[in-house]
Amino acid sequence: MKIFKLKIMSKILEGSRAIAETIKNINVGVVSAYPITPQTHIVEELAKLKADGQADFEYVKAESEFAAISILVGASAAGVRTYTATSAQGLLLMTEVLYNVAGMRLPIVMTDANRAVSAPINIWNDQQDAVTMRDAGWIMMFGEDIQEVCDLHVLAYKIAEKCLLPVMVNLDGFVLTHVVEPVTVPEMAEIKKYLPDFKLAEKLDVKNPLTLGAFATPAHYMEIRQELHDDLVASKNIMAKEMKEFKKVFGRLLTLVEYYGDQSAETVIIAMGSVLGTIKETVDEINNSTGGAHHGVPVQKVGVLKISCLRPFPVEEILKLIGDKKNIVVIDKSVSLGEEGTLAGEIRRVFYGRSKANITSVIMGLGGRDITKETILQAINLAKNRNDKAVFIGK
Amino acid sequence: MEKKYKAPLSHLLNPGHSACAGCGMIIAYRLVLDAAGQNTIVTNATGCSEVTTTQYPMTAFKVPWIHSLFENSSSLASGIWAALKYQKKDKDINIIAVGGDGATFDIGFAHISGMWERGDNVLYVCFDNEAYQNTGYQYSSATPLDANTSTTPPGKRSLGNQSYKKDMIKIALAHNLPYVATATTGYPLDIGVKVKKALAIKGPKYLQLHTPCVPGWGIEPKDTINVAKLAVQSGFYPIVEYTNGELTGKIKITKKVPVEEFLKLQKRFKHLFSSEAGKLEVAKIQKLADENIKKFDLIQ
Repeated sequence: MKIFKLKIMSKILEGSRAIAETIKNINVGVVSAYPITPQTHIVEELAKLKADGQADFEYVKAESEFAAISILVGASAAGVRTYTATSAQGLLLMTEVLYNVAGMRLPIVMTDANRAVSAPINIWNDQQDAVTMRDAGWIMMFGEDIQEVCDLHVLAYKIAEKCLLPVMVNLDGFVLTHVVEPVTVPEMAEIKKYLPDFKLAEKLDVKNPLTLGAFATPAHYMEIRQELHDDLVASKNIMAKEMKEFKKVFGRLLTLVEYYGDQSAETVIIAMGSVLGTIKETVDEINNSTGGAHHGVPVQKVGVLKISCLRPFPVEEILKLIGDKKNIVVIDKSVSLGEEGTLAGEIRRVFYGRSKANITSVIMGLGGRDITKETILQAINLAKNRNDKAVFIGK
Repeated sequence: MEKKYKAPLSHLLNPGHSACAGCGMIIAYRLVLDAAGQNTIVTNATGCSEVTTTQYPMTAFKVPWIHSLFENSSSLASGIWAALKYQKKDKDINIIAVGGDGATFDIGFAHISGMWERGDNVLYVCFDNEAYQNTGYQYSSATPLDANTSTTPPGKRSLGNQSYKKDMIKIALAHNLPYVATATTGYPLDIGVKVKKALAIKGPKYLQLHTPCVPGWGIEPKDTINVAKLAVQSGFYPIVEYTNGELTGKIKITKKVPVEEFLKLQKRFKHLFSSEAGKLEVAKIQKLADENIKKFDLIQ
């Protein structure tokens, strides 16, 4: 009978459906969105849940992504929990509002189904869209699989409402949004144990009229922006604590960073998102191979560092886990054009003055290009040599 | 004794703001809020109406008020409407979205159309001072023909703005709004009447207020009301009211004045009175005013 019970808890769902059910269970009050591939399935499922009477949120049809996120500004300021989802061009169109949301300290949570940005126009997955928002003042999280993405949404609302900071949960478009996996959707009863009802101390209220969004002269602007920065820095420890609380209620582990593979490895490969699955499999094969070269890779142990949070960036946690490693390969599905991978730049900053590790920036998977075990091995092969310039590996 | 005037600090938009002496917008804004009452949430686009009233840590408002960006006061209002519905408070609270003509006719245009199409229960109020006055009198699509703005300056080869003012009233009517009206600082009591009428109707409403700008139009502060009245009495800016698409009200012209009388009080039209070419332009403006008079049957 035990097996039967397991079946009830875990469902086989498309990623987008699992996210939509999670958002419904979180008890969101206002959803507003504009369709863009590969985000569409998420908002379609939410609209269907509403149409079928399974959810009581207001669904506001927006005329653009700019409008969708602006609608949430009004709804959130009026004291209601809010949600939107988008991808690529939609996220870029939201840019002005995203900065504004953080400055106004509104606890909005959104999903970015990561997709390449135009030009050339391309609907497939990479993470260029998300990394362009790195400095907007949002907490930026990246999920590896559908289960983790669902769990990160629950965590996101907790952190957002506790820190009064907006949170963006990222997942790889198509790779996770359109794939079907077994997943345990966080139940409403469990979420209630973890996430208190939405209460905003400073909101639009006719009984207590406040002015929100005042303009600040040079005499005040800087302190307000510094406060936002300080609170974003401080949110990291709150997140770590809330991840432990999450484990107590849901029994699943969430981490800012996670080390995988051989502890004694001198070479570590770093990445964010769903590509970690392929990386882990490749590394397992390397670490488990007995003698001889494996696909041309000399016998060596390799570790993997998964990063789940780009902002705030878990600097101390990274150093603690891999500060003594010799060779670092950072795999980015984005590029700071003219420089190197976005995550690679972050890692270089973390290691500067603290380590003499060889750090190699590898750009892979742009615009939906497949990342295979073979291309991962090519990346690992670069580890020992000093590479000051980004290396693009496509095939 | 009957109390004729409200004490200065008993309004919902209070003294202490930094609007210019004679600002047509700030007078209209105060009248809008006093008519709406304190059970009102206001969203404000970036512009004079925002910067003159809410310099941190001060505020001129005694109603809940929010400003986010230049182009999204309508979207914010839609979000507030959705939130009030979710909270089941939608029967009791007015929502007013506010923007200047730049925010309304240009940069926020798509979002206003979106809000109207959805049918959200919001009164959108446009303070139409006919240019981007806050940034230094640049042209907007609400700028009238021949006006001198800092981006449509008259010169050897120019007589000022050479495009016609966008007809937002027609555009609003095309969205099938239950209430569409113009009003003006020149007729202050009419503003309050129209705000109350609009707020009594459920659905999206549009109120466009002609609000003279002292530095932008180049007028004396004492002439604000006078200039605004001349805009109406010349037929230059017709004050009309549509209920469910039907013309249901207008301010009649009691004594028709030539547009010249309106134009001559303003530096933005000064260049039209120094050349023969300018005179022809004045005739064009007169023709536009006469067409308004005919179209709306404005002569009493």
